[in-house]
Amino acid sequence: MKDCYIAKHPMAASRELDGEMIIMSAVNSTLFTLNDVASLIWKSADGATSLKEIVESRVCAEFDVDPSLAFSDAETLVSDLVKHGLLVVAEHPLHEPSPAERNS
Amino acid sequence: MTGLMQELETKALGLGVPLNAHLDVTYRCNERCTHCYLDHDDHGEMTLAEIKSLLDQLADAGVLFLTLSGGEILMRMDFFDILKYARQRQFCVRLKTNGFMIREKEADALRNLGVQEVRISIYSHRAEIHDGITKLPGSLKRSLAAIRLLKSRGVNVVIGNVLMLQNVADYAGVKALAKDLGVEVTIDPTITPRMDGDRSLLQLGIRDTQLADVFRDSELVGNVDEFCAVPGVVDDSALDMVPCSAGHTYCYISPYGDVYPCVQFPLPCGNVRKDTFLNIWRNSTQMNEVRSIRARDLPTCSSCAHGGTCTRCPGLAYMEGNMRGPSSLDCEKSFARTRIPTANMILKAQRSGSQGQTSKTLLSAPSLSNLVQISIQP
Repeated sequence: MKDCYIAKHPMAASRELDGEMIIMSAVNSTLFTLNDVASLIWKSADGATSLKEIVESRVCAEFDVDPSLAFSDAETLVSDLVKHGLLVVAEHPLHEPSPAERNS
Repeated sequence: MTGLMQELETKALGLGVPLNAHLDVTYRCNERCTHCYLDHDDHGEMTLAEIKSLLDQLADAGVLFLTLSGGEILMRMDFFDILKYARQRQFCVRLKTNGFMIREKEADALRNLGVQEVRISIYSHRAEIHDGITKLPGSLKRSLAAIRLLKSRGVNVVIGNVLMLQNVADYAGVKALAKDLGVEVTIDPTITPRMDGDRSLLQLGIRDTQLADVFRDSELVGNVDEFCAVPGVVDDSALDMVPCSAGHTYCYISPYGDVYPCVQFPLPCGNVRKDTFLNIWRNSTQMNEVRSIRARDLPTCSSCAHGGTCTRCPGLAYMEGNMRGPSSLDCEKSFARTRIPTANMILKAQRSGSQGQTSKTLLSAPSLSNLVQISIQP
């Protein structure tokens, strides 16, 4: 996968509960939970920061992981979340994050 | 409840997180339903800025599931600003509306904003009955049009059907209507006293024999023998359980910023115009008192044979005079289901006289409500 920009899908809802990210899709009311690394990627999915930048500047800064392996895992995660209608992905920035998005 | 949802609720309970919040954005309404428990005058609703600040606080406190209701939500001109902000803060939003003001533009907006569920009240498949309850001519036609508009856009719609004397004969018709529309329906005979404590509305509730019939309709409850079974032995785990989610993982906020344990539990715990939501949630004396109650602490209910299966509502008990006391409406429900009197019913009968009077009292219970909602998928 080439580098890309990711944003939370308009039908998704989420909340962090004791370090665990809970995500629900309004399409089919399916509930998902994400681990620490996936939670960080979800929180960073503002549509304006590239996946590569998220992995390099946030994931690798916080977790002791190899950047290329982390990017590969991030690609798999993004692919899964797109498949479930929870993330949208684009080659170009989707939009500037709003203050509320920066807080979420 | 799914396994993951149950796990989430248990985790939230352990952490003291209000996973669910119900916010009434207004009490104003364009309908005047005969059974409504609200005062529809505006006594100073929160502004958009106040509601946005509250939503920030709710998100920070851990609320994921947010119900926006009223009154009629669309009576607020800024309702879509509220909804848009709620979705920006990543709430899973459920709406309650009568649908009267939902046209194409509103239906488009509700789809685009990703609401999880829109619940619309339908009292009957017959306009004369539905409109007679809402006191708004043409309301059934408009509510059904709203359901179709939303459904055609892929929005998840649920019909809420409250059963009362006026429409008890029509639930099968509503069920058939829901099937035609391809939407879920929940049937619920809960009639709640007015917020000011006036209990006269309870007279609108269906009678004991009618509820007993509803409970024995296999189309609604599935396995009747199982649903109406004689209660089993009440074990320790049932007595140690949290009675319901009110004040534990759920709270209610009025349009004026008052915080309560539940929409059906009008015990004021604080006001977000004077204090932060989190301080009220965590430290309010009233909220902590509600949290402290376990089934074994209840003077009458802890010895009741229905203890393991009763859906006793602490809010209804509070409205009856004591949050640790029985909820007579739930006692009547347990009796309608099993024909076995509850400890509260027996105690009342003993106080009022002979066994003969007991039978008379039990057989002439004036009204019944507050059974578990019966949900039917399309």
